[in-house]
This record gives sequence, structure tokens and C-alpha cells, in this order.
Amino acid sequence: MNIWLRRRHTIAGLVATWLAPFGSAAFAAAATDRRLVVILLRGALDGLAAVPPYGEKRLAELRGPLVPPPPGTPRGMADLGGFFGLHPELPGLAALYRSGSLLIVNAAAGATRSRSHFDAQDSLECGTPQRITSGWLNRVVAALPPASDPGGQAFSVGVGLPLLLRGPSPAESWLPEGAAPPPPDLFARIAALNATDPALGRALTDGMRARGFATSVLGPPPDAKPAGNGGPAKPAGHGAPPMGLPALAQEAGRLLAAPDGPRIAALEIGGWDTHAGQVARLAGPLRQLDQVVAGLHAGLGDAWGQTCILVMTEFGRTVRMNGTGGTDHGTAGVAFVAGGAVAGGRVAGTWPGLAAGRLFEDRDLAPTTDLRSVACGVLAGQYGFGRDRLRLVFPGYDGGSMAGVLRV
Amino acid sequence: MPPKMTILAYQALIRFGMGRRGAAPLPTDPHAWLAAQIRAPDPAAFPPQLPTTADGLTIWREKLKLKLSPELDFVRPLLREDMRAQLNQALETDAAFRERLVWFWANHFTVSTKAGVTAALVGPYVREAIRPNVTAPFLDLLLAVMRHPAMLMYLDNNASVGPGSPVGQRQHRGLNENLARECLELHTIGVDGGYTQKDVTELASLLTGWSVDAGAAQPGFVFRLEAHEPGPKMLLGRRFPPGEAGGLMALEYLANHPSTHRHLAQKLVRHFVADDPPPEDVRTIEGVLRDTGGDLQAASLALIALPGAWAPLTKLRGPADYVLAALRALDLPEPERPPPEAAMALLGQPLWTAPLPNGFPDDTASWAAPEAVMRRVDWAYALSGRAATADPLAVGEAALGPLLRGTTRAAMAQAGARRDALTLMLTSAEFQRR
Repeated sequence: MNIWLRRRHTIAGLVATWLAPFGSAAFAAAATDRRLVVILLRGALDGLAAVPPYGEKRLAELRGPLVPPPPGTPRGMADLGGFFGLHPELPGLAALYRSGSLLIVNAAAGATRSRSHFDAQDSLECGTPQRITSGWLNRVVAALPPASDPGGQAFSVGVGLPLLLRGPSPAESWLPEGAAPPPPDLFARIAALNATDPALGRALTDGMRARGFATSVLGPPPDAKPAGNGGPAKPAGHGAPPMGLPALAQEAGRLLAAPDGPRIAALEIGGWDTHAGQVARLAGPLRQLDQVVAGLHAGLGDAWGQTCILVMTEFGRTVRMNGTGGTDHGTAGVAFVAGGAVAGGRVAGTWPGLAAGRLFEDRDLAPTTDLRSVACGVLAGQYGFGRDRLRLVFPGYDGGSMAGVLRV
Repeated sequence: MPPKMTILAYQALIRFGMGRRGAAPLPTDPHAWLAAQIRAPDPAAFPPQLPTTADGLTIWREKLKLKLSPELDFVRPLLREDMRAQLNQALETDAAFRERLVWFWANHFTVSTKAGVTAALVGPYVREAIRPNVTAPFLDLLLAVMRHPAMLMYLDNNASVGPGSPVGQRQHRGLNENLARECLELHTIGVDGGYTQKDVTELASLLTGWSVDAGAAQPGFVFRLEAHEPGPKMLLGRRFPPGEAGGLMALEYLANHPSTHRHLAQKLVRHFVADDPPPEDVRTIEGVLRDTGGDLQAASLALIALPGAWAPLTKLRGPADYVLAALRALDLPEPERPPPEAAMALLGQPLWTAPLPNGFPDDTASWAAPEAVMRRVDWAYALSGRAATADPLAVGEAALGPLLRGTTRAAMAQAGARRDALTLMLTSAEFQRR
């Protein structure tokens, strides 16, 4: 059990390494084969544009110019069963919906009613009304059965670590980098020199592990005997070309798919704050979201069947179009749950309607589903979390768990 | 110089300034040296060919008219030239406390090139609206920002129309509350300042008509009465008259609001003392702002007087700070310098391109993610490769003086190559902190 092996996943010229124990149970560092990806849409997606309730009588009156052409017309929205549609820039999601792998949750909102992006994002990521010191996805890592390599369980795509994944459990940020990096032994000296710094010490160790430095360079994890077969590794990302978010998502999918790879990932997409000229401004971010999900799907391959992707945004936007062809900060929005394990092909959540008197503060879609209940439904289905573990993930929340999110 | 005084001199250069430039003279009286920068006029001089705000708007207008292909875009080259000029200023100035204040306030009042038109305006915005006002009354700074086309267009106020105004009635257009919300939440009283959705809407109404005339011979700010919402408005329980004067009075009220003083004091103390601003320091700065009518010169002087601001290395340098400090330490002549704006982007803080209107964060946790720290090492190693002729220990002694740890010196002495030694210095905790 104390022989440490290096496992490499060679991906498009980059190498990521996760330490795994050599044992009879194959090389599974992972505590589970169930994958969870959380995609944060920063800036507030207009749910009524992404999933237009075209069957609503007042829709045209409230926001006519923002509504995509009806189903069946050129560049029209996809029909989701006679009342809701899906924006024409989301063809991949529409296909997933038809195949039963996309669940749409309407009128969903986080734990706060703040219309500040920053408060609401903090709340969304912490899973609590006010910001606390850790993100809920980090607490999911803590609630998972212990893995043989606790360092390799969760990562975010990007340079920084979002609040969603910050906290006491180890989590890494991951981004292939093209520049010629310093030699591993210099990295090791730098890490040693900064070991006592409260922020830099751990960041360097985690960063080196994420980039696949050999055990011999990195030093074995605590409680492990030194490796005999670590061999010098090439630092990751040597010569890798710059990649767009969909390509990164595909690589992230491959990392997650590996038998002993990480199981939890976070990804962020921006560009949703469409205060003006929304029709034109929203097309790009929607297309990117569609392609990111498609990239994950492609990268995950067969692991798609054990995967759940949760897409959330900090709040919805005003129901009425504002004075500049856009929408301002609102309340309830839409969430998506995608993956082979999802009981999809349907629109969930209680639809509050757009009738006069039904709007929240006479301006926003009224919230009827707490995003935490969607997340709890995902966690209960994916990881079998019961009440106690869900309480650890969402302290202070007792609003229940959405049933039937996954096909189990 | 006695050792204690030497540490204070370094702290003045590192905490309040942008790091020591090469072996530039150490200040003999650190407090007085900082105070003199705040009392003296801004010594910065920029190349005369840099665009003014009116130039930026004209260039943008012409670009739209010509429908240029991306390769022929002339906005980006101008933006790069402006970036380079302002980065050179930060790299070469000896009045680096004033410079740090310019960067601080430009981040407080973020305008990001993420919105197309702002690429033509953000350079002039920092030089014309932010820079001249960093030691002025806060109201002057706020008004310069809120009337600047870059901010008006970045946060959509140029297109906001009073629904009851002639334009609103004729064209069925209405409010856009983006600028009003961020003005309350980010620029003045802060998210906990005690405002409601109604206040956001009322401030948006007060600011209707605050717009940009891009078609004029001398394009710039314009108040469009025909788009201004008629009638008085109630903001934070006070009544403000219609017209341009109403908006001006509202901003004056916000600039001098106790919540604004507290919010600004919090941010200043976070920047100059510690990530978790000590409440007593916040109260001190808040009190100075209150007693002086929001005088930023007085507040800057009061920051120097905070004992906590002289405790070394409590802050992690953000990427922009880090890049500037490293380049100042090496003091390479301009042609040999790697482009700082590219380094800042690589390390996660692209210049004038914050993802959202709240600007870049100012705390350790936001900048200490594993891959972000790894990239600093990558960049420091590449930079050290360019400065292979420098004596690493001399560079380290000059940059950090008594703050350079013995262990770092020892590791540098054992390094097999100058490049490695310099990388060790630039990635040491004492250099990454300020």
C-alpha cells in the first residue's frame, strides 16, 4: 500500500498526474465513479431568453423584441412541448433534451434576494445567504468517502480557484500553459523556500501536483514512504497551444473520465450581464455554454453515463425589457442539469407565470425553486448523500431536496 | 541609516510605492517622503500624441463608420500605446505612492475594455478623470468619473432614457439602471450602505440624460434634457429636483454620505494595511474623510500615519503589482523589458480588463490559487532569463534590503545559475508580498 505510483493521462500534449496507490483494487484513486461538474454563469443569465415560455400570453407585451422566433420558423427556438422553448443558440442542449439527458429547472433562485452580482455570486458559491469561508462544492469533497489521493479529487478550469471550490478540502486550479517552464528541481527549491508562507506554500505544492511533477520532486504526501519509481516528469503544458473554453472543457472531460482521475470540476462562463442590446450580446455566451457542455460530453466519453453537470447563475433578469433593449438584475432564473445519469427531457420546477400580480416585486420572475434543492437532488442521486451529509454541504438549509433529478 | 529606519524606508517603497526601482536612493525620512508626494503636484508627463477623450470618441466613431476589418482596427494599437505609456510611468516614477493611488482608484472606479467602445476611452479616462483627482475631494473624483464617457458607456447610462421624458414617450424607451446600481453598490455607499431597489431606480432616473454626444465636433459628455425624466425624485429619503442639477446634488449627497466614508475607508485600509481591515484603522480613516468633507489628500496622509500600515509583508502582491515590482527591481532599459501588460494578462489580471464592474480583488486568497502561483514562477523564470547579466544577490539586496531572508540568500548562493538565483529571489515570499 505504501508504494506510490505515478499515473499519467496524456492529453493533447499535456500531462496531468494524480498520485495513486498500488493495490489490488486496480489504481483507483477516486472514491467514486460518479462525476460532478458545476458550471457557474457569472453575470446573471436571462432565463426567460434561454428558455422562453412562448406559451405565455403576456410574453410579447412584456419583452417582445427579446423573444427568439417561435418554433418551426427559421432560426426559431426549439420546442420543449408546447409551452416552453429553448434558445436557437443552444442546439446541443436541445439535442440532449430530446435524448432525455437534459433537465431544465425553471424559476430557480439562490439563497439571497440581493440583486448585487457580487453578493449573489458569493451566496450561490457558498450555498448560504451570506458569504462564508468555504464554497459548497469544496464541502462536497469533504463529504465524499475518503479517496486514496485526497489531493486529486477536485479542480477548477482556469487560473484561479472560484469561491465555490475554496475551503479546507484540497482543490486545484488547472489550465494548460504554453510557456517554457522552469525545471522541476528549481520548482522544488522554490516550494521549499516558501513552505512556511501561509498562502504560497500550499499553493506551490498543490500547483506542482496538478501539473504532474514526479513524486521524487514533489516529496511524498504525508504518511507515505518515498517513491522508488517516480522518474523525472516533464512539466505539463509544454508547447500546448492556447485553447478556447470548449476545448478546455473537452480536456477537463478527459481528466474526469480517467479511471483514477478527479471526480469533481468547476467551470465558469462570463458575459451574461446583458443590460443593453441583449439579443446580440446573448448569442455568443449561449453558444459558448452549448459548446462547453458538448466539449465535456465528448471528453467524458463513456463516463458521460456517470456524469451530472449542474449549470447555475446568480439570479435571473427583469421580465420587462428595459429602456435599452436589455434587462436589468432580477430574481429567479433557470438552471440546467445535464448528463447521462439525469432524468431529463422535461421542464421541472413550479412555473409561477407572468400574469399581472404574479411577478416578484412587480418586476422579476418569482422564485419557486431553491437552487440548493436542485443541488441536493443531484448530490443525493450521484453520491447517495442523506440528510446529514447534505447539512454539511448546505449548513442551515432545510428546504428539502428535489426528487427524481437522476435516473439513479 | 539605522536598521529600523532602513526597514521603514523599504516599507515606504514597497507598501506605499511600487517597489524599489533598481538602486534608486532610499528615502531618508520615509514618512516625509511619502507626504511630500501627496502634497506636490503630479509629476507625470505623458507623450503629447496620446489621445484625449474626444480623440477616443472620434476614433471610435470613425471605426464604426468605416466598418473596418479586425486587422485594420486602429483602436487596439492606440490602446496598446496608452497602456505602454501609463505602464512606463508606473515603472519609472519616483512618486510611486501617488502612482499607487492612481491604480487604486482606477480599480475602484473600474472601466473594462471588455465592453467594445471602452477600449478607445479607458486610457484617456485614467489620465483625465482618475489621475488628476486622487488627492482631491472625493466628490471631484466621483463627478469626473460619472460624467466621463468611458464610465457612461461602460455601464450603459448613455442609453438610459426617462420613460416620462419626451424621448422616452416618443421612442418608447426607458431606464437602464446599471450605472445607478454600481454607483451605489460599488462607488459610494457600498452594498451594506442601506439602499433599496427603489433607490437604484430613483438614482437611475436622476441620471437620465447624462450621456455622450459622439457626433459633435468635440465629442464628449452631454446632458440631454429631452431624455431626462421629469419631476422630483426621492433618493435615500431625500428629495432631489429634476434636471442636471438634481443628479449633481444626488452625487454630492452620496459622496459625503457616512456610508460612503466607511466604504472607502474599508477599501483603503484593506489595500494599505491588511486583507482584514482592522476596525480601529477603518474608523480613523472614516473619521478623517468625515471631518474633511471627503478630502482624499487628508485621507492619504492619514494612511501614512497608521502604525499598521508599517507592518511589513502583510499583503500578497496582486499580479499587476507583482509584475511592476519585478520589472522595477531589475530596472531594465525599456527596449529590453518584456511587455508588462502581457505578463499581467498571463497572471490573471489583464490591465483595464476586469471581468466585472467591481474591479480586481484586493486580498491574498483571490491571487494565491495553485495555478496562479505556478504561473508567477513561470514568468519570473522567463524574466530572469532576460536579465542573466545582473548580479542576483545585488538585485535582491537592493530590492528587499533587510527583508531578504537568510534562507533565500543561502538558496540563491547555492543556485547553479544566475537565472535560477534571480528566480528564487523573485518568487520568494518576501518579494511576492508587500
